[in-house]
Amino acid sequence: MRRTIKATRTAVILMCLLWCITSAAQDSHIGKLVGNAKRGKALYVRYCVFCHGPDGDGRGESAPYLVPKPRDFTKAVFKCRSTASGSLPLDSDLYDTITRGIHASGMPSWKPLLRQERADLVAYIKTFSSAFQEEKPGEPVPIPAEPPNSAESVKRGADLFQSMNCWSCHGKDGRGHGPSVASLTDNQGNPITPFDFTSGTRFKCGETNRDMFRDLLTGLDGTPMPSFAAAMTPDQRWDVIHYIRTLSSSKTHSAGKNDSIQTVN
Amino acid sequence: MAPFILRASCNALPSSTFNSPWYSQGGKSNLMKKNSYLLIIAVAGLGLFLSVRMSAGPADSSPSLKGAVKFEGTPPKPSRIDMSQDPLCAKAHSTPATTEDIVVGADGALANVVVYVSDGLGARTFQPPQQPAVFEQKGCQYKPHVLAMQANQKLDVVNSDETTHNIHPSPANNREWNMTQPHGIPLEQTFAREEIAIPVKCNVHPWMRGYIAVFKHPYFSVTDKNGSFDLKDLPPGTYTITAWQEKLGTQTQKVTIGAGEAKTLDFTFKQ
Repeated sequence: MRRTIKATRTAVILMCLLWCITSAAQDSHIGKLVGNAKRGKALYVRYCVFCHGPDGDGRGESAPYLVPKPRDFTKAVFKCRSTASGSLPLDSDLYDTITRGIHASGMPSWKPLLRQERADLVAYIKTFSSAFQEEKPGEPVPIPAEPPNSAESVKRGADLFQSMNCWSCHGKDGRGHGPSVASLTDNQGNPITPFDFTSGTRFKCGETNRDMFRDLLTGLDGTPMPSFAAAMTPDQRWDVIHYIRTLSSSKTHSAGKNDSIQTVN
Repeated sequence: MAPFILRASCNALPSSTFNSPWYSQGGKSNLMKKNSYLLIIAVAGLGLFLSVRMSAGPADSSPSLKGAVKFEGTPPKPSRIDMSQDPLCAKAHSTPATTEDIVVGADGALANVVVYVSDGLGARTFQPPQQPAVFEQKGCQYKPHVLAMQANQKLDVVNSDETTHNIHPSPANNREWNMTQPHGIPLEQTFAREEIAIPVKCNVHPWMRGYIAVFKHPYFSVTDKNGSFDLKDLPPGTYTITAWQEKLGTQTQKVTIGAGEAKTLDFTFKQ
């Protein structure tokens, strides 16, 4: 009798522990916000399922009509991250993407949702891939202060745009018509076009110079855009950014303003 | 036993060490004599032990499994690669570069086939080797065209070209990464899980294609230009051996190797 009570007690404790572990793995942490996957699921079914599908594999009812295709969450590969190429994003990276939306795609900004709701969605999205339970996200890449823009910096950036072979996709004039364009696909095998730098500055992962610096460090995983972490020094990255800014007629960017990051602290 | 070993090892020291108190004290000479007998016995014992070990050597040592992979029929002609898009690539070749998806040598020898143990190792686990695997970009092609390595082994990616590459594996079972690599900049990466084989491309140079096969064990080999493979140090056992070729698919054969046995195994691919 005593033994049965003991066994039951152990089982209850073990179940509680298991529940704690699994529910913790389904949380998201964005600053002080803690997202809950269960609440996130209710929101996902209401707002996201039409494109991303009930299984999170990007095969929702609207998916056939969308270019680029909705993200397949089961692969846990994300374009917009603050972590190194090949590593999982931070919860705040997913939160920022939901908040910002992705320009020139079907993904709108979900800023109208409450912050808590966006955090809950992040928690639920992470349940589609076991990667979030098996691996830790990467460390956020360091973004140093931007040196002042100058004609010399732009000139150096133009040279790097050549030597780093940016032109083979983005084109010599930055219009996105480089010689490799016809061969470019995303990780699902769909054709993908490089950004046309003359079209403006609404980049997929944010519009500021800091966002561009981060893109150059992390690459956009799942696309042909590589990381330049090993390839360039921080100053060289700023030079390339200063040059790319000259390709666009848009003057709306601000070096210091960091308006695309909505992380709650 | 311990002091004896110490003394025995002292005997092997250079003569200058014989000035040590151990040897200069005459009163210890009997002890020395006693010890030298012991030493002789020990050396003889060690010799006997070693000879037993050596005679048991072949039985203990692992069997070998070698063989060759052949292509039957008329091999497809490699296509020319137009590298004019990047003059730095084009000028690296005195004769036009050709595709490497099916490389057939003399007598139908099929190169770049990964031959590996696909079943039979049970639950054994293996540490990755310290030596890194090397994947080189040279003449805007991958050298080797097909690389085999162990999971979590270091992968040194080398760019010997003057131009800038981006190395972009498209794995199904590993994390996807995509890194730009200018000439001479070192790049170290790895893959955590078994996957046969991960296609690798360079988005800058669309003709570049290679493969990296990742294994959780060390029993794999990539055929050379003679179509030969060698699965070294395979423990005795019954195995499924698979041969993988990027265009021609896979073939499997069962093989049982006993202790010290040397077996050969051949594969033939057709298009």
